[in-house]
Order: sequence, then structure tokens, then C-alpha cells
Amino acid sequence: MRTRTARRLLGALAVVSALALTATACGSDASDGAGGGPKDIEAALEKGGKVTVWAWEPTLKKVAEDFEKKYPKVDVELVNAGTGDKQYTALQNAIAAGSGAPDVAQVEYYALGQFAIGESVEDLSSYGAQKYGTSFTLGPWNAVTDGKAIHALPMDSGPMAFFYNKQVFDKHGINVPTTWDEYVEAARALHKADPKIFITNDTGDAGATTSLIWQAGGRPYKTNGTAVTVNFGDEGTKTFTATWQKLLDEKLVAPISSWSDAWYKGLADGSIATLSIGAWMPANLTSGVASASGDWRVAPLPQWTKGAKVSAENGGSSLAVPKASKNKELAYAFTEFVTTGAGASARVAEGAFPATSADLESPAFLDAPFPYFGGQKANQIFAESARNVGVDWNYLPYQVYANSVFNDTAGKAYVSPTKLSDGLKAWQDASVKYGKDQGFTVNQ
Amino acid sequence: MTTSLATTASTTSPAPAAAPAVPAAPAAGRRKRRPHTPLNPRPSIPLTVVTGLVLVYTLLPLAWLLVNATKDQNGLLDSFGLWFAEDTHFWDNITRTLTYDDGVFVRWLLNTLLYVAAGAGGATVLAVLGGYALAKYEFPGRRAVFAVVLGAVAVPGTALAVPTFLMFSNMGLTNTPWAVIIPSLISPFGLYLMWVFAAEAVPTELLEAARIDGAGELRTFFTIALPLLMPGTVTVLLFSMVATWNNYFLPLIMIKDPDWYPLTLGLNAWNAQAQTAGGEAVFDLIITGSLLTIVPIVAVFLLLQRFWQSGLAAGSVKE
Repeated sequence: MRTRTARRLLGALAVVSALALTATACGSDASDGAGGGPKDIEAALEKGGKVTVWAWEPTLKKVAEDFEKKYPKVDVELVNAGTGDKQYTALQNAIAAGSGAPDVAQVEYYALGQFAIGESVEDLSSYGAQKYGTSFTLGPWNAVTDGKAIHALPMDSGPMAFFYNKQVFDKHGINVPTTWDEYVEAARALHKADPKIFITNDTGDAGATTSLIWQAGGRPYKTNGTAVTVNFGDEGTKTFTATWQKLLDEKLVAPISSWSDAWYKGLADGSIATLSIGAWMPANLTSGVASASGDWRVAPLPQWTKGAKVSAENGGSSLAVPKASKNKELAYAFTEFVTTGAGASARVAEGAFPATSADLESPAFLDAPFPYFGGQKANQIFAESARNVGVDWNYLPYQVYANSVFNDTAGKAYVSPTKLSDGLKAWQDASVKYGKDQGFTVNQ
Repeated sequence: MTTSLATTASTTSPAPAAAPAVPAAPAAGRRKRRPHTPLNPRPSIPLTVVTGLVLVYTLLPLAWLLVNATKDQNGLLDSFGLWFAEDTHFWDNITRTLTYDDGVFVRWLLNTLLYVAAGAGGATVLAVLGGYALAKYEFPGRRAVFAVVLGAVAVPGTALAVPTFLMFSNMGLTNTPWAVIIPSLISPFGLYLMWVFAAEAVPTELLEAARIDGAGELRTFFTIALPLLMPGTVTVLLFSMVATWNNYFLPLIMIKDPDWYPLTLGLNAWNAQAQTAGGEAVFDLIITGSLLTIVPIVAVFLLLQRFWQSGLAAGSVKE
């Protein structure tokens, strides 16, 4: 109860700040937009100084140390200012307040639009970032660019894969599904064989839902500057709801929220038998569910049409340089160091999933065995998924808000007789209303 | 509810009910109807059962916390929640909690102690001084102060959080310890409590006698009023300490730098770690950390509770 009130109030705070944001963006100093050439960046690195980085990603610690070793005059201060939307609220507030904003901030792809449209992050193309256009895989690069503008550099990506508990599947003699229809069949068979086992958990997760719609070919969001379209009535969305509605009607998904301790428990004891999730998941399984080591395997994501090879992204984040940064050249140098070249490879070695093509194609990466998955070379599946991500996906410029009301709207389908399609329509209505209130031109 | 109570009563009542019955037994032999007084209360079975249930309800989370602080991450996921896992990791968990992430937990503990010492301590000093002044001095505007204080008691702290944040942000104080300490200094409830307490506990005649004997106002306050105010002071101190120790929302919006987190925010940050891609789930450390977090506050409560009890009762009976 207390956290809910707290969240509401934080939300209110974010709105207040968002209103103030436009004013701040206009009133920023004249040096903006000039950017720094390679020489300025070199000079800044020579001169040294302090870079404050807001990020929660654990492998950054190692890379920050490497950076400090390479540039001894630069002091990197890593601050965990909260995870996901907590960090975005804090960032939005700091930008609005005009003080306390970091020099570099970790921003997930779905949230980047919000900061880009508020013009609160630097366009990195003026620092020469366009030369990396071909170094990153297509999905993440599309997510950080808008026309010629580059709002951030991709740090990691989350091409989706199918994680399943092989022990549970073998015990009940069930085949690993390759299509979503087979997935529903497997869900029925598993639950019938042992009522304690569910094919997966789902209590309504905006990120997972949009990712599966993405894979099914749905493109509910279209953005063009401040003109936005929200439409959950397209064919791809219908494909998704038709299948998921079956799972909900027959109560084949566990009513457990992802990331809760019950979820970790379910993954450990086999009562949650599969996950369709981003390629970053192995690190979480290895550290969080160590006792199930050897039980799990990875397979390509089930397909909506038999024989197809379409995937989608789930999660993944970038590093952006807020306009409010006090030392943008240094901030860009750090961002570049982390996301490309040696920094990116160092992060992969620490267990992060790369967004860089070179790392995704390196034999060392592809052939690395995962002891957790019984020695399986899982990266081959992830890398293929990264190549097959469906194109032209857009998030809303206010996706953080939209995701925050998912459970109040679409989430009803998970806890009441409301149909998922009606729930998504309610989500659409809420997103449209908010967008109009914020001054966007919104079509349905 | 009543039926379930009745059945529980019949099965579990003998043990607790027997205890008070023993001393009453010899008296019952001599006089048939001895009136029940507050010192010799009538044993009530339903009341005993209800109290017992409340006791279990209160102690169960604590027992859960103790049991689960002995498990590691695997044990937490694999074993039954209310009983021990196969192997015990209690000391290991405590060491890991204190050393994880370069010992940041110790830093959070020190921060919390700072906020409690400066915030709750300061709030108590201000409340005692203010309450005494309002109770014992006549000055214009006293009634207005009374209205403001009563009004302030009614405003929940969370409602003030956003305006407070914007104000502190303008002053450039967010993300510093001051942003937590300064708002904690204001305790309308403490002031009101001290005011009422001072009015009852410090006889005005005593102060007049001191003044006639030539004592200055400060001396009168420190040598005569302050000792009399002790029970009330401890009460206010205890309330402010618990409030500051548990404070979550104020530091949440004010502080972004983990180096200045209090324990509440720190533990929450560890919890959030389990919810991110690549983050390490450390539920074992969170549980052990929670246990360590409540130890000081339990100790303070036990040490100060006798003062606290006399403080709450003060003023209830006219002598």
C-alpha cells in the first residue's frame, strides 16, 4: 500500500517535472548543439575531470575501472540511481530541477523516446557517432536513431529466445514447441500431467506483450515527430491475443509476477516451465536460480507461422548524454568506450549480451559453452534471433507512462473475465488520452 | 470468527488460563466472592485467546525473518518458508551482508545513524524547548500557534513530500544529507505532546518559586523543568527515532546517490537488483540485512520502554 502511494506521488512528481521540462530545454546555454569534434574529446580526456554515470547495469563497474586505467585523469562515478522507471523519474526530475543530472545515463530503448522528444539528451551525431551505424545490430541501432539524430549509443540488446526446463519436458515426454500453437498444446499437456506445472507465468507485463505483438507482425505504435498513432486492432495484435486468450481462458499460465521471489522459486522448482524472454536472461538464471543449473536449455522462440524465423527484442538499454551534463565531451568519450570496441567486448566477457555485430559474430562468443544450460552453445541461438528481429518497430515517445498504466487497463484480462483484446483497447484509449493531454497529435 | 474462536479456546485455553488461576486459589477457599480489582483481574478465556492470536500474528514475521536469515539463495528457493533449510548460512550471510558491494551496507547503517541522531535528536530538542515555552509562557499569538500545530499534525508527511522536494531542489540541497535531516527536525506531533506534557508535569508554582529565589529562566528550565520533562522527552525521542529509522519516502525522493542512502533505501535497491537484466538476485542478503536493520531499533525500544510507558500515562490522573 505504502509503495503504491509512493509510486503515485512519484508519478505526480514526474508530471510536474515534465511540465517544467520544456521550459528548461529552451533555457539551456548557448553552447548546445555545437557538439565536440574528435579533437575536443581528446583534449577533454587529456584535461581529465569527473563523469557521473547513472546506471544499474552490473558489468559497467569493470568497464569504468578499465576506462579510468586508460585515462588516469578521468574519474568515473557510477551511481545506481534506481532501476528502470525509478531512474527515469529521478532523471526527469533532475533535468527539470536544473541541477543534479548525471553526465551519462542508462536508458532502456522503450524509454529513450521520452527523453529524445523532450530534447533532454544530446544528439550524438555532432560528436561523430554516425560512424558506428554499421557496428551495431539493426534492432538496437533503429531504437537509438531517429532520422539523422542519434539519441544514445546501444549498450546491450535483448533478442528473444525460448528458455525451457528440459528436465520437466523430458519427465512428461513433451516436445519443445516450435510454433505458438504447439506452445498452447504443450501448456495443456504439462498442466494436465502435473497441475502444479505451468508453461509460464504471466500477470500482465507490458514489455513482454509488446515484444510478442512485435514478433507476430503487429505494429501498434507509429511515431513521426509529435504525430503518434496507437492502434491495437491490427492483424499482428489479433494473432497474439487469439493465442494468449486461450492460455488465459484455460488458466494455463501461473498467476505469478515476473521478478518476484515467487517467480524465482517457480523457476527453481520447475513449476514455471518456460520463459520467452531476452537474451540477457542467462546471467539472471545463473546468479538467481543457481540450484536449477543443468535443468534449463535454450531454443529459438516459437513462431506464429510454421517454418518462419521471426524474432523480436525484449529489453535492452542504451547510454545517453543528458543535455544538462556539465562535461559532454568526457561523457561522450565514456559512452563510446563502453558501447564499442574493447569496452563492449569486456562487458560481454562479464556476461552482458552485446548489441555490437562484431561481438555477436566472433567465434569465441558463438562457441562459448553455457555450463548452466548443460554445456549448450546458447549464443548461437541468441545471435540468430538478433539477425531475425522484425523491422520497423516503434515505441511511443511516452512509453514509460503507457507501460505504467498497462496493469490498470490490459492487466484486467489477467485477473477478471475481461477479454485481452478489450484490455488492449482500454490500454490504447488511456495511451491516446495521455498523449493528447501532453500535446501530441494522436490517431487511433 | 466467533465459532473459530470458541473451538480454539476449548483446545488451547488450559495452559494460559491455568497461570492466573493458581494464586487466586487459596483466597477462593476463605472468601466466596472476592471482588475483582485491577490488581486482581478476572481471567478471561476469550481475551487470553485473542491476545495469544495477536502475539502469534506479531511474532510470526519476526520468526520468519530469523529462520530465513539462515538460508542462502538456493535454500530460500528450495526449502519451506517457515522452517530451516538443510544447511545453515547464518554467519556466512551476516559477513556477506556486511561486505557485499564493498561494504556498502555498513555505510548505509552509518547514514541511518546520522539521520536518526541529527534528525530525531534535533526534533526532540526543538519539541521540548517549544512545548515548554508554549505551555509555560504567556505571549500574544499563542492560540494561533496552537491552531497551526494542530493543523500540522493532521497533514500527512507524504503530502508535503513533493513541495518539500521542489523547495530543497531550488536551494540545491537535494542529494545531500541535509535534505533528509532538515525535514526530520520538524515534529508537530512531538511538539504537541511536549506542550501537553509540560502543562501537566511542570507545576507553574515551582517555576514561580524558582524565580522568586532568583534563578534565571535558563537555569529554571535546565535544573527544574527538564528533569520533570524527562518521561515526555524520552517518549518524543523514541517516536522520532522510530519514524526516522523507518523513513523511506523522504530519502527516496531526495537522495539519488547510494552513498547517502539510509538502510531502508539501500535494502530496496538490493531488492530492485533482482528485477533487472543481468542483475544479481540477493534475496538472502536482503533478508539478513533486514534482520540486522531491526536489531538496533528493537534494542532502543527495550532500553527506553519504561520511560516511554510512564510518559504515555502522565497526565491521565489528576493528583
